[in-house]
Amino acid sequence: MRNVQAVLAGFGGQGVLFAGKIMAAAALIEDREVSWLPSYGPEMRGGTANCSVCIGDDPIGSPLVLAPNVLIAMNQPSLDKFAASVQPGGIVVVDSTLVPDIPVIDGVNVFPVAATALAEENGYKGLANMILVGKAWAESQFCSEETLQAAVKKCVPAKRIEKLPMNLAALKLGIDA
Amino acid sequence: MAEEKIVFERPHALLPVVTNYCPGCLHGIVHRLVAETIDELGVEGDAVGVAPVGCAVTSVDFFGCDMVEAAHGRAPAVATGIKRVLPDGVVFAYQGDGDLASIGMAETIHAATRGEHITVIFINNAIYGMTGGQMAPTSLPNQVTQTSPYGRDVSTAGYPVRVCELLSSLDGVAYLERVTVDSPKNIRKAKKAIKKAFQYQIDGVGYSLIEVVSTCPTNWGLSPQDALVWMRENMLPYYPLGVYKDVVADGFANAAEAASARSAACPIAHPESKEEVAHA
Amino acid sequence: MAEKVLMKGNEAMAEAALRAGCRFFFGYPITPQTELAAYMSKRMPKVGGTYLQAESEVAAINMVYGASAAGARVMTSSSSPGISLKGEGISYMAGCDLPGVIVNVQRGGPGLGGIQPSQSDYWQATRATGHGDFQIMVYAPSTVQEMADYAYLAFEKADEYRIPVMILADGLLGQMMEPVVLPDSLDLEDLPAKPWATRGHKNERPHNIADSLYLTPDALEGLNVERFQRYDVIKRNEQRAETFLTEDADIVLVAFGASARIARSAVVEARSRGIRAGLVRPITLWPFPTDALEAVMGTAKAFLSVEMNMGQMVDDVRLASNGRVPVEFFGRTGGIIPTPVEVLEVIERINQQTSEKAGA
Repeated sequence: MRNVQAVLAGFGGQGVLFAGKIMAAAALIEDREVSWLPSYGPEMRGGTANCSVCIGDDPIGSPLVLAPNVLIAMNQPSLDKFAASVQPGGIVVVDSTLVPDIPVIDGVNVFPVAATALAEENGYKGLANMILVGKAWAESQFCSEETLQAAVKKCVPAKRIEKLPMNLAALKLGIDA
Repeated sequence: MAEEKIVFERPHALLPVVTNYCPGCLHGIVHRLVAETIDELGVEGDAVGVAPVGCAVTSVDFFGCDMVEAAHGRAPAVATGIKRVLPDGVVFAYQGDGDLASIGMAETIHAATRGEHITVIFINNAIYGMTGGQMAPTSLPNQVTQTSPYGRDVSTAGYPVRVCELLSSLDGVAYLERVTVDSPKNIRKAKKAIKKAFQYQIDGVGYSLIEVVSTCPTNWGLSPQDALVWMRENMLPYYPLGVYKDVVADGFANAAEAASARSAACPIAHPESKEEVAHA
Repeated sequence: MAEKVLMKGNEAMAEAALRAGCRFFFGYPITPQTELAAYMSKRMPKVGGTYLQAESEVAAINMVYGASAAGARVMTSSSSPGISLKGEGISYMAGCDLPGVIVNVQRGGPGLGGIQPSQSDYWQATRATGHGDFQIMVYAPSTVQEMADYAYLAFEKADEYRIPVMILADGLLGQMMEPVVLPDSLDLEDLPAKPWATRGHKNERPHNIADSLYLTPDALEGLNVERFQRYDVIKRNEQRAETFLTEDADIVLVAFGASARIARSAVVEARSRGIRAGLVRPITLWPFPTDALEAVMGTAKAFLSVEMNMGQMVDDVRLASNGRVPVEFFGRTGGIIPTPVEVLEVIERINQQTSEKAGA
């Protein structure tokens, strides 16, 4: 997929903004046009959080994605909110541990991944977001795998560098899921 | 011919211009005291004064040091900006009661609580002079002004603000004194206070404010002499003269040290005490 | 070339300001500009600068006024309601010819309004930032790169013309991340000398005064006339606009900032449907880039101003057109970002009208 219009959505604290940053960082490494836009304001406080990521070859117009071709949904309200807006041919990656009601969407490939359960089983608590990004990458190939790993390295802050191997392992788990 | 000896002259920091103050106004005396202080401390070249909106608005043309005219009430904020750029400069704000204690109260309180290293000269004459005699935040109960024609009714207009008392509770403040300039003796006391306030700034002791209880013969409708009498009889009991805070006299090197002593029981304000415990 | 990094618009403006030699920042928290202040609070102490959270927007702009009078490169930032409070200080800065950079990361209004992106302070920025006869320069970046570039340039222009300069952004641009190449850091030693500054005369010159009070009408009129002569120079030399596919355009969209990004997408889509659309994107809102509009006046059959407000810049498009070319408006307000599809529909309607007229 050359032109990505992604929405990543979930509860605040699940790391959807961080996951979006990894996609954006990957695009930067490959010198693509890219934008990342978070939702902001009171809705972030304990409520839902989401971000839009656009990757392309032409300058990004609106950074706000209204019709995504990649949707990562980490909770039920997010899936309910964005499912109908996904473009035909698009992909939806859902954390099936947390989202019980996953609809069939015409013309859209829906990939349920039990990301939260997988993360906990493997000792990567809190890294369900990385698993889902890995899966979304595996289904959309928006960059090379090396680039994706480099992006993770770039986004994990220096003071949490000990978490980098876990992040990369969780990413791989998602890629293979 | 006998040798001539100069016994009295205009301070260098006061420019040889005619002021536009009314006959009997005390601004001239206070200006002179500020200028004498600047001369004696030798800081005219490093001084930046901030003028208010009010009668002293034109004082930018009277003081010989660099001068900045602030919007109404904003002199402490403007002085803050200047002092942060020129930490070695000597920055003073010269403000009246409406400017300082009404429209600029937020700026006054916050400059004081931040402990800005500035000196504020506050002229309290219980009335708005420049706009023609309206009720001020420091107008006394029952005082007749253009906008309190039946006398200040405290049940609707509230009570006057005692600025020194109010600011004395703030940790950033180093020195507060209320003075007046109605007699040679009081003028000498006022001069001493103003000079000390400037000296504290130069020595990094902290924020200081000198309140000068003053008159407004024109808008009070009294002769200059009668205005002084009215001030002594009515204002001084409401606004007693004296020192309201002096951290050095209290035995501290500066306002920060005094504030630290006051908050001794608060752990987060004293991370060093935790270390002491750890080392013990 | 310097490294490309991903940054939020708010942070890019802050970093660019530091690189332009800004060492003083006075602000007050408000969404959606807070990242700028937070960035400054983190970085200023590391570069020997001052970050000060003021007690109010009013105090913040007056601290800017004082710091500018003392000769420093100084910045404040806020969002719409806070800019209203800064209006007083901006007027005083203009009256004293003090430079300074003010960032407005706009949100919807009036009143408390909302916190989502808006462009509804266009009038405020270009017409009524405060009381009195004056203008400020206004840059309207439309990418994170431009937010860095124009925040940097703003300091240079502010000093050059001794004028307050505003960066008029919005919540979308402030919050989004894009790749940006940051400008090189200026050496503080290379900043322009300011002989007019009130820094203490060191007993070497007569005293300087920063003052906007002139009780004699003749004196005040004289100064205002002189200041407007300077504004004429700015109008001649400082207009900036980007044009996109305007050479043969029948329908010329005019849009700035975030809405220009959407307008551009709509133009691309319109072209793919055979409609000759183009875009003039004002980068300076004051001075308004009338030259760029004049350049298409002979060929354009209609202007379409696309804004995130109820129609504000459209006034300037009408003034530029002066009746020669019909001017249409499309806008969304309240924090809603228009979509390219909505804009395309308007382009198609105008295209139909102009072709009918041509055929009649």
